[in-house]
Amino acid sequence: MITTNSSLHYGKESKNDMNQILQETSALTWRLFIQLIRRPSTLFAGILQPLIWLLLFAALFSKAPIDFLPGNSSYGEFLGAGLIVFTAFSGALNAGLPVMFDREFGFLNRLLVAPLSSRSSIVISSVIYITTISLLQSFAIMATSALLGYGWPSLGGFLLIAITLLLLVFAVTGISLGLAFVLPGHIELIAIIFIANLPVLFASTALAPISFMPEWLGWIASLNPLTFAIEPIRMAYHHSVDLTSVLIKAPYGDVNGYSCLAILFILTVGLFFLVRPLLNRKLA
Amino acid sequence: MFFIQLKDLFKSYGPVRALNGLNLKVPKGSLYGLLGPNGAGKSTALRIICTLLEPDSGDVEVAGHNALLQETETRRRLGYVAQEVAIDKILTGRELLQLQGDLYHLNKNYKKERIEELIQRLEMNEWIDRRCGSFSGGMKRRLDLASGLLHEPELLILDEPTVGLDIESRSVIWGLLKELRNNQTTILLSSHYLEEVDELADEMAIIDKGKVIASGKPDDLKKALGGDRVTLRVREFSNELEAESVKKIIKNINGVSNVVVNKKQGYSLNFLVRSNNVISSLTDHLAKENFEVFALSHSRPSLDDVYLQATGKTLMDAELELAGKRDFKLENKKSMR
Repeated sequence: MITTNSSLHYGKESKNDMNQILQETSALTWRLFIQLIRRPSTLFAGILQPLIWLLLFAALFSKAPIDFLPGNSSYGEFLGAGLIVFTAFSGALNAGLPVMFDREFGFLNRLLVAPLSSRSSIVISSVIYITTISLLQSFAIMATSALLGYGWPSLGGFLLIAITLLLLVFAVTGISLGLAFVLPGHIELIAIIFIANLPVLFASTALAPISFMPEWLGWIASLNPLTFAIEPIRMAYHHSVDLTSVLIKAPYGDVNGYSCLAILFILTVGLFFLVRPLLNRKLA
Repeated sequence: MFFIQLKDLFKSYGPVRALNGLNLKVPKGSLYGLLGPNGAGKSTALRIICTLLEPDSGDVEVAGHNALLQETETRRRLGYVAQEVAIDKILTGRELLQLQGDLYHLNKNYKKERIEELIQRLEMNEWIDRRCGSFSGGMKRRLDLASGLLHEPELLILDEPTVGLDIESRSVIWGLLKELRNNQTTILLSSHYLEEVDELADEMAIIDKGKVIASGKPDDLKKALGGDRVTLRVREFSNELEAESVKKIIKNINGVSNVVVNKKQGYSLNFLVRSNNVISSLTDHLAKENFEVFALSHSRPSLDDVYLQATGKTLMDAELELAGKRDFKLENKKSMR
């Protein structure tokens, strides 16, 4: 027989607030991973696309003179850092899609009508999921680069790469989640992702150094957040990690490793404060 | 004691006014039906009670809590089964229930027991471990109902729970709702199915254009009409002038009351008669004025008659009328978080 005595279930709840937040966040994160395991095509596509780029672009410039690029590296070595960042960026840019689909199909209402201890659980689960996926995809690119002979960073370099990617992924995930709550539907969100993805890549130092670019593009590239992520990672691959060294020779001046990380950090925190009121309002 | 109290609720979607001063009191432990055509404001009212939507103005009290200010406390006490079943197609039915249990912070053992209990009660054993994407409408609705009941809410809110369902699923759901009502769960159910409200509801309210136009026990509302319902046509397709002429004749007959011209149904006349004798005298009166009886039906009053009496149209006609006026795209956009 169906019982309806609510006093029964109150005794059978997790009591502690922190336990409740952990329970709801892990359940929501688990749901996203179940979706991924049963529909892994997006994960593989996210890895496959930059891999193809790596193979094709590296082949395209394979016969370029050895002093063609700064630091006397091959184009494949140069390209690796750009594609690692591009992979993380693309993955994070898609963070809003599951939330948008939940909004459109009414699943978000199921979450909103539940007495969640913190509405942030919905956002945190998305961030955990997308960060894990983006890092996995980026490390797959790193492993392939290593197999192709383009090198592997030192332990310090690896740590720098992880920190840089985390900052970038948090910032872009914040933008994507914000868009998912502002835009009217997934068509509009996909359109923005589609428009932003490649131009942001081309207007960075992922494919070519600033010195190769016309002045106007050099300005854009040296202001592009992707560049502030690419150059520290490039350094982690090719030199000993020294954050005081100049990584970007921008038209407005030299930018060292610390400045790159500081800019990414400020961007992430700034976006957090920008998006937070919107998410609070939408998830109230 | 009232479990839900809505006072002067107003809500608009752009130029469309969904609620227009809605007042409602739902007694604790009752199964309360909200009857009205699609677009009358039922779903909007339910979404406001569930804290999914904020009214433009008005007060909402659930179990003594101000639902607009004490949202978490309100959410803890209610289970909501929405009109559009929102399930994750990739998860299995059992996984969805487990997720629901975690959102309500149920502990592991209790959650497992409760899920098993609901699977048995709602006859879901055979398919609960399949992915939700393969479920029929009836299966989805049963799963959704199980989700709403998982945390044993004091209040269950159901928005059109049996729309488009097969007979088996409808019967399972009706049986469960009766059982819950007997166990003192307060149930608020919206429907545009007359027989559903008539069969299940202890008390009900009829909503039209965003406000309550009649409320009480279904039998009392029907009895209050004061007689049997008669529908009369003097011609297959009459006109307004003719219908009004016939109305003048009929309303002067002793024992006839509440005469309404139903424009939507070929200007037929609907009215109440106190006894069968009135019908024979009616035919005589019409003959004297050179009117023939083309069609005449005589029945016990239904909730549709209550609706007709209050609005001058049947529930189905009201739905057809509203269907053309609603902007579903705008409503969806405005109600999306």
